[in-house]
Amino acid sequence: MEGSDITVGSGGALTRDQDGIWQRRRLVDVFMTVLITVSALIGVAVLLAILAYVVINGAPALNLDFFTQRPLPYGEVGGGVAPAILGTLYMLFVAGLIGVPIGVGTGIYLSEYAGTRLAPAVRFTIDLIAGLPSIVIGVFVWALLVRHLVGHFSGLAGSVALAIVMVPIITRTVEEVLRLVPGSLREAALALGVPRWRTILRVVLPTARSGVTTGVVLAMARAGGETAPLLLTSLGNQFFNTNLLQPMAALPVQIYNYASSPFADWHTKAWGGALVLIATIGVLSLVTRLATRGQRPG
Amino acid sequence: MITAERDTVKQDSENKTGIARDGEHGMRVVNLSAWYGPVQAVRDINLSIVPQAITAIIGPSGCGKSTLLRCLNRMHEVIPGGRVGGVVLLDGQNIYGPEVDPVRVRRLVGMVFQKPNPFPMMSVYDNVVAGIKLNRSLPKSELDDIVERSLRQAALWGEVKDKLNVSGASLSGGQQQRLCIARAIAIKPEIILMDEPASALDPLATYRIEELMGDLKERYTIVVVTHNMQQASRVSDYTAFMLAGDDRIGELVEYGDTNEVFTNPRDKRTEGYITGRFG
Repeated sequence: MEGSDITVGSGGALTRDQDGIWQRRRLVDVFMTVLITVSALIGVAVLLAILAYVVINGAPALNLDFFTQRPLPYGEVGGGVAPAILGTLYMLFVAGLIGVPIGVGTGIYLSEYAGTRLAPAVRFTIDLIAGLPSIVIGVFVWALLVRHLVGHFSGLAGSVALAIVMVPIITRTVEEVLRLVPGSLREAALALGVPRWRTILRVVLPTARSGVTTGVVLAMARAGGETAPLLLTSLGNQFFNTNLLQPMAALPVQIYNYASSPFADWHTKAWGGALVLIATIGVLSLVTRLATRGQRPG
Repeated sequence: MITAERDTVKQDSENKTGIARDGEHGMRVVNLSAWYGPVQAVRDINLSIVPQAITAIIGPSGCGKSTLLRCLNRMHEVIPGGRVGGVVLLDGQNIYGPEVDPVRVRRLVGMVFQKPNPFPMMSVYDNVVAGIKLNRSLPKSELDDIVERSLRQAALWGEVKDKLNVSGASLSGGQQQRLCIARAIAIKPEIILMDEPASALDPLATYRIEELMGDLKERYTIVVVTHNMQQASRVSDYTAFMLAGDDRIGELVEYGDTNEVFTNPRDKRTEGYITGRFG
């Protein structure tokens, strides 16, 4: 064996530690690692606690009636929140019809036409809207649609308010993921004699489609949980309603109304509604994650 | 046979683009200058590209050879701040004329980039016909023909004919670059510009690209930028040597028959560069 005649020394420059500085660094390293691990665990613990609490309190409310019946009047036990579930889905759908094209279009503009003079102004405005308290959005839509154009509370007003919540989220995500698309792909398409607008629609956007989808789902999830803008716009409704021009129920509003009532049965239903809301958003995110897995990021 | 096919190619592109021809054939660069914002990159370039031949543009880094190349199909102006002065005549018509759409220039003057850039979300098949499918729809049988013909011309058909549906990004680097060449010739350009097409590839893949360029010049006019002088002397018929002076603006120093330029350069600076004294 050639290695058998080597001698291993000790106390050399690799291990000498005169002022204890290396020892101190090791301790600081351990301390910081523990600190950030604990912070991360606290964050996860808070989420798990909320989830557990909602599941424990909400699960008893879940039964067939809960998903199929309309709410019953004061004092009667039973009924469900079906109009609210339908209303939320309906308004999210309409909000998506309004908000997704605007959000994606604005995102494309900010990413692909970043050199234009208008772009910084647009970006600033989008940031402002993203930072608006959602009740302000509600007040705005109330003043515009509820007071004037429509004249009363309506699902349409609720959808518009939710669309305004969605636009900045979609815009920012789309802008970011389009920036991740390599410039070489744009050049490749342009060099093939493909016009710029078609390059964006047929090459850049499809390459970033998983990121764009994620942005849309994120925005849907966020809008689906909004309460404040709906209180002032769609109002809520105890009955099934598919007329966009009439008041429409929504799950968050239903939760708010039930939670602030004095009845134990309604409290349970509020928890149940919260559970359904969280589960829906969770499933939505999960499905998106799975559907876009394996594709290039962005 | 080859001549006949050449004529078809030309006729096709004529019908496709409608750019009128007035007899003068090929590409001529007249007093071309280019800027990046306020910074001038190349100055007063004059040269005539010989049709159905390979012209190499050589020179040290930063001499503006890629910039010049990108000016030949109006890709320079895609870069923010990119600006071009002078005239580039394609079959007698100025590609920078006010009535000329850059999109139509690029359908006649194709480009292959330094780093292979197939569309990652598209299959090999869709990559080849991307330039066609992104602009108009053709029946499947016609597309099949174009895919096979382009891949054959790009010497890639044998390797990928059984996996036309895999992603273009899953091929090896050398195959990706030949896929990009197939994609460029699928739209039947007159001229193919290549910007250091083999510099990101290993020696074997490089050899195959060079071999392919020799085949392609039967049908197409090729302009290739390379910093590899051996490559230029191996593959090209004509060589242009560019150099940036003290003001860092690239100029054309010498242009002529490749053998002449490499064995008997007229300019001292060319001689210095090709003998490896600088650059």
